[in-house]
Amino acid sequence: MASLWGGLLRLGSMLSLSCLALSVLLLVQLTDAAKNFEDVRCKCICPPYKENSGHIYNKNISQKDCDCLHVVEPMPVRGPDVEAYCLRCECKYEERSSVTIKVTIIIYLSILGLLLLYMVYLTLIEPILKRRLFGHSQLIQSDDDVGDHQPFANAHDVLARSRSRANVLNKVEYAQQRWKLQVQEQRKSVFDRHVVLS
Amino acid sequence: MESEQLFHRGYYRNSYNSITSASSDEELLDGAGVIMDFQTSEDDNLLDGDTAVGTHYTMTNGGSINSSTHLLDLLDEPIPGVGTYDDFHTIDWVREKCKDRERHRRINSKKKESAWEMTKSLYDAWSGWLVVTLTGLASGALAGLIDIAADWMTDLKEGICLSALWYNHEQCCWGSNETTFEERDKCPQWKTWAELIIGQAEGPGSYIMNYIMYIFWALSFAFLAVSLVKVFAPYACGSGIPEIKTILSGFIIRGYLGKWTLMIKTITLVLAVASGLSLGKEGPLVHVACCCGNIFSYLFPKYSTNEAKKREVLSAASAAGVSVAFGAPIGGVLFSLEEVSYYFPLKTLWRSFFAALVAAFVLRSINPFGNSRLVLFYVEYHTPWYLFELFPFILLGVFGGLWGAFFIRANIAWCRRRKSTKFGKYPVLEVIIVAAITAVIAFPNPYTRLNTSELIKELFTDCGPLESSSLCDYRNDMNASKIVDDIPDRPAGVGVYSAIWQLCLALIFKIIMTVFTFGIKVPSGLFIPSMAIGAIAGRIVGIAVEQLAYYHHDWFIFKEWCEVGADCITPGLYAMVGAAACLGGVTRMTVSLVVIVFELTGGLEYIVPLMAAVMTSKWVGDAFGREGIYEAHIRLNGYPFLDAKEEFTHTTLAADVMRPRRNDPPLAVLTQDNMTVDDIENMINETSYNGFPVIMSKESQRLVGFALRRDLTIAIESARKKQEGIVGSSRVCFAQHTPSLPAESPRPLKLRSILDMSPFTVTDHTPMEIVVDIFRKLGLRQCLVTHNGIVLGIITKKNILEHLEQLKQHVDPLAPPWHYNKKRYPPSYGPDGKPRPRFNNVQLNPIDEEREETEEEVHLLNSTTL
Repeated sequence: MASLWGGLLRLGSMLSLSCLALSVLLLVQLTDAAKNFEDVRCKCICPPYKENSGHIYNKNISQKDCDCLHVVEPMPVRGPDVEAYCLRCECKYEERSSVTIKVTIIIYLSILGLLLLYMVYLTLIEPILKRRLFGHSQLIQSDDDVGDHQPFANAHDVLARSRSRANVLNKVEYAQQRWKLQVQEQRKSVFDRHVVLS
Repeated sequence: MESEQLFHRGYYRNSYNSITSASSDEELLDGAGVIMDFQTSEDDNLLDGDTAVGTHYTMTNGGSINSSTHLLDLLDEPIPGVGTYDDFHTIDWVREKCKDRERHRRINSKKKESAWEMTKSLYDAWSGWLVVTLTGLASGALAGLIDIAADWMTDLKEGICLSALWYNHEQCCWGSNETTFEERDKCPQWKTWAELIIGQAEGPGSYIMNYIMYIFWALSFAFLAVSLVKVFAPYACGSGIPEIKTILSGFIIRGYLGKWTLMIKTITLVLAVASGLSLGKEGPLVHVACCCGNIFSYLFPKYSTNEAKKREVLSAASAAGVSVAFGAPIGGVLFSLEEVSYYFPLKTLWRSFFAALVAAFVLRSINPFGNSRLVLFYVEYHTPWYLFELFPFILLGVFGGLWGAFFIRANIAWCRRRKSTKFGKYPVLEVIIVAAITAVIAFPNPYTRLNTSELIKELFTDCGPLESSSLCDYRNDMNASKIVDDIPDRPAGVGVYSAIWQLCLALIFKIIMTVFTFGIKVPSGLFIPSMAIGAIAGRIVGIAVEQLAYYHHDWFIFKEWCEVGADCITPGLYAMVGAAACLGGVTRMTVSLVVIVFELTGGLEYIVPLMAAVMTSKWVGDAFGREGIYEAHIRLNGYPFLDAKEEFTHTTLAADVMRPRRNDPPLAVLTQDNMTVDDIENMINETSYNGFPVIMSKESQRLVGFALRRDLTIAIESARKKQEGIVGSSRVCFAQHTPSLPAESPRPLKLRSILDMSPFTVTDHTPMEIVVDIFRKLGLRQCLVTHNGIVLGIITKKNILEHLEQLKQHVDPLAPPWHYNKKRYPPSYGPDGKPRPRFNNVQLNPIDEEREETEEEVHLLNSTTL
């Protein structure tokens, strides 16, 4: 049962990760299909020429039309000078995907926000809750523990307790506590003992 | 017969098929013993073996035939957990490769049986390509996310796009129609913080407001990054390349490539880059890609169960990481080959190639920078270079080498301080302080205020007539009638001189801050700051040479190429060469670096200048210290990494390195059939060694095999749970045939399946050169030292590393090894002062006193001895 559950959990996390990657891919395809009108530009930079000062032209135009003759409008010079003027202009066709940018920023900010909330919960709220729930005896007991003020300090206790009960919720809690223990171990080796990554 | 047995060594480990084989290896061993004039009290072993053939073990304590078949059934299935490794342990490449070959044979032999088996074998054959495809997809997508988010957050320090909050400065002004050159950098949609807060766009008030907001954002990003790292995934800090190198060489760091590390590294990398610290995202991207590779390899049993195969995927993943970091797929493959990988067969090369391709393709289709390129600082030059320019290029190479040597020394000294003193106890405070200093100093200087990638882009870009930066403020003669691409060398204007001063300050600032930044507890790469330093220096040199050529075009070196009005010097090219030289000085890469940089520029003709600069910087750097920054960090942390690049030139022998040492208590060994479960458990509890040689008996001391501690523990535990009749006084039997036991003794525990029947052995007179070579090339974890077939001691990877370290510290030739003078081993004295009984040079003493040298404990090599 335990191994099955662990396998399911692992599979779930795998799936979610691959879903994330796939969704990003899909998104790219999607944005390609619905290319925004504003997402292409042809930018021509024309240096000073004779009495004209330097000018920048910016236009929504397809790639094949991206040249000085189509973009520079109105043409500041007349007749035979047009060719000379246009020879100096540098036109660059650029495209972007505004939907990708938007979605990426939103995904990023929401993940960051969730992580921050969870971090605040783990470091500030959970110790207070635990203190209130388990009362004074727990407090004294865990005060001996150096790691009390660290998040996850009570992981050991919960691990010990959750072995006795066995239902699905506790399995989840068990997995979470095991993760907490791992992180605590990592933190010890990185920040306290300085054996890795210093 | 012997070759046959070697060929089937996998079978011995994992199954009991060998039970049915007709000849026992006791016979083989004994035959050898006879040739060696072996004097033992077990000379009748041959006879024993003969009589044992065909006598099947039957239960003696009330067992029946039924339970004995049950026993065999049980043993047929491998014990779960055997063959895995503990955290912070080294894998045995040879064992893993054998395991894989055996698995492959099994699948191949079943292939013909049914369509389902055929499908399974096809799936197995394709899983390698599938997993690198998935890795490439994921790392490309994540790199796109990081690029876009980091750009946006970097610009958030300055202001915000009011019309669309998710755009950065560049994207915000995408469609703006500011047509004149004077207004080209402005756009109404982009609001700086001063405009938003105090409503002023100009003036000292707005400057101070922007300054304050810049510092505020930098500090909050840095704080968020370090606290996320600290709370969720401490392994996400640093660049990750030293650890990945170590992992690829066969070390286990559990959780280092896990899901949480991946997520936190991705998220905090953006924050760290955006906070304006002097760090880059390229190294961490390699780590991110490796995390993807590791996570996806869990989907395929071929890779999830085999540590050696998993490392092939990780090699490919690191190629994909560099491919997306620099937009250089081939450079990525070469980077994986030259810098990170330890074991790189051709198959992995192709897979790395494919992974790099897929990742680059995905990133290109995301198009994070809007320039249809994979990196921000992609440049294109068309101007040629001239022969005399090699001299400044080589000068840049010297600068790069000096910078690399200085950086490695200073950074390692600082990191050692962090590691060993109390100052390392305050990681959050350290990050905050570094971020604050960086932000305060960086803001006034426009070149340091910029995002480092943008700075590199600006330095790389050559001055056309269209450039607006002050670096291109040359005095123009308006009547020039040439076309755009070919601008002659011009005298520098005021803007260029002031830009040079600012660049000099930026150079000093970057050099100092990078030393203190690399190694703080946020994800931090080294490539970008190193490249920035090189690019600044290169640009300064480039402008200097350009002006020299302009004012002294009649000098004989310039005469031929630089007439008045000719465009002979490209300062942007100097910046690029300088960047490559500095990066080469720090990392000591050569081929992959040149390829990466030339993929950045797409100009094949610049390979020679790049090669000259990179090679010079490597020579200069090597003159001050042979190791690159990654090797130095590996050594600082004491990871068990056996560098394949170093040569071993000493004349020591295996006997000098092996444990136990002369004064140590002898080796802890197991005997093949007369120890009880309790004996073994006691030995496991009393010692901390990771493996025990198994010998025939106390008297003969001949080697049978090698049993790993973890396997022993797991096997005994599972036997106690699953098999009935296993008690503390049960005999443990590693031999093929159980010895005849007294009738009332408990039934024996057969552990032959966990015994490594073919441990690597060398004789005690093998030169260490050869031993080190064997360890490097085969990726051994331990090697037994024998003398006349008798186990004398053991050499582990850690022993070799310690030995190398020792030799490095005593550069003077060692005193001649003790066995040069004494051909015989000195007699050892027992507790009563009399020489112990000896059999063929092996000291024997009661088992309870036996000790063995620690073999890669959970604690890594103690760094203080390094």
